Amino acid sequence: MARYLVTRAWHSALTLLLSTVVVFLGVRALPGDPALALAGEDRSPEALEAIRHHYGLDQPLPLQFAQYVERIVQGDFGVSIRTGIPVSSMLTTALPVTVELSVLAILLATALGVGAGVLAAVRRGRPAEWLANGLALVGLSVPHFWLGLLAILYLSVAAGLFPASGFVPLLQDPVGNLHHIVLPAVILGTGLAAIIMRQTRSAMLDALSSDHVRTAKAKGLRPRAVITRHALRNSLIVVVTIVGLQLGGLISGAVVTEQIFGLPGFGKMTIDAVFQRDYPVIQAVVLLTATAYIVINFLVDLLYSVIDPRIRVTGDPA
Amino acid sequence: MTTVERAAAASSAVGTPVLEVRDLSVTFTTEGGTVSAVDRVSLDLASGEIVGMVGESGCGKSVTAMSIAGLLPDSARISGSVRLEGTELVGARESVLRRVRGKEIAYIFQEPMTSLNPVLTVGRQIGEVLQVHERMSRRAARARAVELLSLVGIPSAAKRVDNYPHQLSGGMRQRVMIAMAVACGPKVLVADEPTTALDVTVQAGILQVLRDLRDRLGTTILVITHDLGVIADIADRVVVMYAGRVVERAQVTDLFAHPYHRYTAGLLAASPTPGKHAGTERLQEIPGLVPVLSTQPDACTFADRCPAADEQCLDSAPPLEVVRTGSAVPVTDHLAACWHPCPTPRTQPQETTA
Repeated sequence: MARYLVTRAWHSALTLLLSTVVVFLGVRALPGDPALALAGEDRSPEALEAIRHHYGLDQPLPLQFAQYVERIVQGDFGVSIRTGIPVSSMLTTALPVTVELSVLAILLATALGVGAGVLAAVRRGRPAEWLANGLALVGLSVPHFWLGLLAILYLSVAAGLFPASGFVPLLQDPVGNLHHIVLPAVILGTGLAAIIMRQTRSAMLDALSSDHVRTAKAKGLRPRAVITRHALRNSLIVVVTIVGLQLGGLISGAVVTEQIFGLPGFGKMTIDAVFQRDYPVIQAVVLLTATAYIVINFLVDLLYSVIDPRIRVTGDPA
Repeated sequence: MTTVERAAAASSAVGTPVLEVRDLSVTFTTEGGTVSAVDRVSLDLASGEIVGMVGESGCGKSVTAMSIAGLLPDSARISGSVRLEGTELVGARESVLRRVRGKEIAYIFQEPMTSLNPVLTVGRQIGEVLQVHERMSRRAARARAVELLSLVGIPSAAKRVDNYPHQLSGGMRQRVMIAMAVACGPKVLVADEPTTALDVTVQAGILQVLRDLRDRLGTTILVITHDLGVIADIADRVVVMYAGRVVERAQVTDLFAHPYHRYTAGLLAASPTPGKHAGTERLQEIPGLVPVLSTQPDACTFADRCPAADEQCLDSAPPLEVVRTGSAVPVTDHLAACWHPCPTPRTQPQETTA
């Protein structure tokens, strides 16, 4: 297991380095000149030159990259070209919002999706299954932003149950924080919940008709033990995979959801930065997203071997 | 009851039926209509005996076995009676059946790879039965699992108990299944094709384990197989099934010596006999396939594949009864459901029954 971890960590580090290169070059391949964007009215060659020199944009690319990596390692993502605020401090305010939103959305979606999926499989051909299938179809087909707008309109404005927009930091006011973030998290999680529900349902149907579930029944176990210990546990691989794969969709969904609910998270920061060619911010955002992906993939792989002992990795003595 | 007491009780009580199956019928409702899988099957299992149930694929053996402890899916409709020491199991409440399953009636299935849960250790899977039925703690159950693993002949059981099924060989997995089945000292063990997925040497080992269980614990065993070799090797009595009906029932030696039903005779003729077929004589096959019946006709269902069939066979179903042919003295516990039983008993070389 230790050897596996080391190999896997090494692969992750390599992927991370590669994604840094891609991010660095990718941003510079975008059309548009940040100096032009910053210069405003004064577009004289001298002014542009001065801006380029100030931000190190006149250096050769490899040198820029080397300096970039060196700074990242020290936790310095540079200074936003647009606002002049250090990117790291922008991240410390924006990141917790997005992380909280995403984590809550994943938790809600998993709980709802797995629960409904199991129910639909166990109560196959009965009203509970139809209801779960119908809800999943709605969750899959209705776009977030529309659901979000509806929720604001009816739940926040008309019924006054939730605030329509805004955010309170978690540490400042936990209850108020939850009150603000629950609705966006539910909206963000609907699509994921629907996907998880459908996958759980089909995995459970497979598992419930498998030979080892018949064995479990023949042992005289209670239905609950048969369903959770012998069918659900074997279906979890699917759920974990889906959650891991859907994370990209969740991050882009978070951008939209944050816009709708006016949450001061990653999403708004990213959109502003792209429009302004704010290289340091874009680099930081993309790099963090890539890091999140890599870390989550790593965790998913680890979870696999926890859930299913057959996926114990080369080098691990049986 | 300790195992010793049970063995003692078993040896003194051979002949009392532990399990009585009467007129058991099973039909399935499928999208393509109803399928009649089992038709009025009756069967007694005496304490401590090994009964073999034999027939082709699709003849209703496994369905019969599953219906004994109510393990069929909801689409199955069961009628008739299954009594375990007098307690009716057909139509019994789930909670009653749950107490019977694994404790009084235990199962071994064909595919030990797929029949064990791949994500739990074998010790946990064996222990589960003990936790449920014997209210053992997880720890005590694990310790007992180690004992059970050595009982079924798994070397270094203390280490194997923490293995997952994929870390064991096919034969070992089947031994695990057996250990799991006998964990609570069941009265009846139903082994559905226990050796089919295993190679021949491993097969012999598994059959030996089953025989040992009967000898040591007095367990009554119903072995379901399509392999006459397994029957000859292990069974005391045989039940031959065809298209959902019992067509012949006898002591194993009687059946191999004089098969009465044409289907049984066909099965025996389709099995190789040492010496006889060596390179010269072709094995005889039974033409056709087991029919899938939507309803059970009042006729012999084997008639369309039978060399001796006539109008009587198509007109009415032959009853399962003691056969009287010519001058031969009838054997009282040898029954066949055939209007035209084989007149001259086929004699089988003794090797098959040894």
